[in-house]
Amino acid sequence: MVTVGGLYYSKDHEWVKVDGKKALIGITDYAQNALGEIVYVELPDMGTEYKAGDVFCVIESVKAAADSFTPVSGKVVEVNEELEDSPQLLNEGPYDNWIVAIEMDDSSELENLMDEQAYKMFCEKEE
Amino acid sequence: MRGYNKLIFELSKEGRNAFSLPENDVGRTPLEDMLPAHLLTKEEVELPEVSEVDVVRHYTLLSKKNYGLDTGFYPLGSCTMKYNPKINEDMSSLDCFANLHPYQPEDTVQGALALMYDLDYMLSEISGMSRVSLQPAAGAHGEMVGLMIIKAYHKKRGDNKRTKIIVPDSAHGTNPASAAMVGFDIIEIKSTKDGAVDMEDLKAALSDEVAGLMLTNPSTLGLFEKNIKEIADLVHEAGGLLYYDGANMNAIMGISRPGDMGFDVIHYNLHKTFSTPHGGGGPGAGPVGVKEHLVEFLPVPMIEKSGDRYFLDYDKPYSIGKIKSFYGHFGVMVRAYTYILAMGAEGLKDASRKAVLNANYMMARLKEYYKLPIDEICQHEFVLGGLKDGTDEVTTLDIAKRLIDYGYHPPTIYFPLIVHEAIMVEPTETESRETLDEFIDAMIRIAEEAKENPQVLKEAPHNTPVRRIDEVLAARKPVLKWQND
Repeated sequence: MVTVGGLYYSKDHEWVKVDGKKALIGITDYAQNALGEIVYVELPDMGTEYKAGDVFCVIESVKAAADSFTPVSGKVVEVNEELEDSPQLLNEGPYDNWIVAIEMDDSSELENLMDEQAYKMFCEKEE
Repeated sequence: MRGYNKLIFELSKEGRNAFSLPENDVGRTPLEDMLPAHLLTKEEVELPEVSEVDVVRHYTLLSKKNYGLDTGFYPLGSCTMKYNPKINEDMSSLDCFANLHPYQPEDTVQGALALMYDLDYMLSEISGMSRVSLQPAAGAHGEMVGLMIIKAYHKKRGDNKRTKIIVPDSAHGTNPASAAMVGFDIIEIKSTKDGAVDMEDLKAALSDEVAGLMLTNPSTLGLFEKNIKEIADLVHEAGGLLYYDGANMNAIMGISRPGDMGFDVIHYNLHKTFSTPHGGGGPGAGPVGVKEHLVEFLPVPMIEKSGDRYFLDYDKPYSIGKIKSFYGHFGVMVRAYTYILAMGAEGLKDASRKAVLNANYMMARLKEYYKLPIDEICQHEFVLGGLKDGTDEVTTLDIAKRLIDYGYHPPTIYFPLIVHEAIMVEPTETESRETLDEFIDAMIRIAEEAKENPQVLKEAPHNTPVRRIDEVLAARKPVLKWQND
């Protein structure tokens, strides 16, 4: 399982990369591996407001359809439209391909998330 | 003719046909004179032009590729693919049932109404409910109707905050989907390692915004939910109702009743538990049963009896209304009614016992070769977790595909989601010891092949008209209809 330093991780296997007030959100290598080959990503609309823990995206693979939960509250300011035609990018490079960018309401929510080391240990316990 | 792989369109030859109409003696009226312009297509409709013998051979050859309960073992977990006795077909094809018209006057269909009234009573008795609506067309339709009833119940009490339904993460996918269809928000709660409801998670999820909890018992892991009384009490104390997904009812007929466990609403799958045709061979039927306090919300019409006369009762002011054209799938009701009468009370109990025995027998033999994440006595089905000495190389998908080469319909795979590499086996009671042993032996051979020659699994199936389907390509770039090029 691959993890990357400098990111925040959630218990639902999303990662967050912070860029000022903007949070880029994607799914982890653990998540893409558990889902198997991803065939469809249902992206949110621009401008949608979410609270932390809301479902912002549905990811379908050959095995299952899974909800993704946003780890931070805020407004969707960018969506990665490339995923509409190439959902497999989430399999090929889970950390290179973010799903949405959210303008955070409250960056202190990041304190509820894990760092790389804590996330690694969390995944080992899940196994 | 295993290789026969044509579409009927590919047989088409211009001008060929399979009918011969008598000479037209009423004259021709152009279509434009009979139908308004917006109903007419401007393009030529492309239909195959084939002879009678073309049609007969084409469909006969295709039908030979079919796999069903009449050709072999079908251990599809959670689907209860039990044999469909032929007496069901005899009864449903009787003239007096098969040729009824839904608009016939009530006086001329008293027998049919009596059958529906009795079936309502029998299903109520089996599940411990007060009344049953036979109308829902399938399991998911039953779920939707049941949830609409739950919604109507809270609404009538003026309890409008209740917008959430709790669903465990081991549930059938239709549960959250049906709740969302009815406009509820879903709260997913976790299962414990042994597949039971996590009581702490449940307690945390309960509030005055919860309309109800959807549960299947036995669970999707094939285990009886031992805390069910406590779960029911907690949900009821919080003001919610309990919904029973009847998919796994085949384990408990005559042994325990959802009504006694505290459930308020249930749907049955006549096409699972009560031996009517399933899936593409359907239609199915998903009757919904409720306790006394919910009877007023059942769909219209209900079948009622006044003296010796049966009638359709539409006079139910709090009913959720009409949910199906006419009265539901009547032919399916006749089959289920026949099954229940043919089996009798003891027979149904015996069926559930043997379904549980068969599952435990298979589980005990297969656990030597396959991972068994929860090793305890199961109910009517059990969930394996891939090969016991498996590497990542051979997956559950490869095992399932290889089973096709051995002549079996594969079990349910990758469900429930909470088990890694899940293989969910449900043998049902209608299979003999010999059939179970043959299937087990095939599974053991596959486990050996995985060690000796994994490539043979990776490339399976070998003996089918079409080899391994590229599921990813099919999902990413679906081609949904034939196109003439």
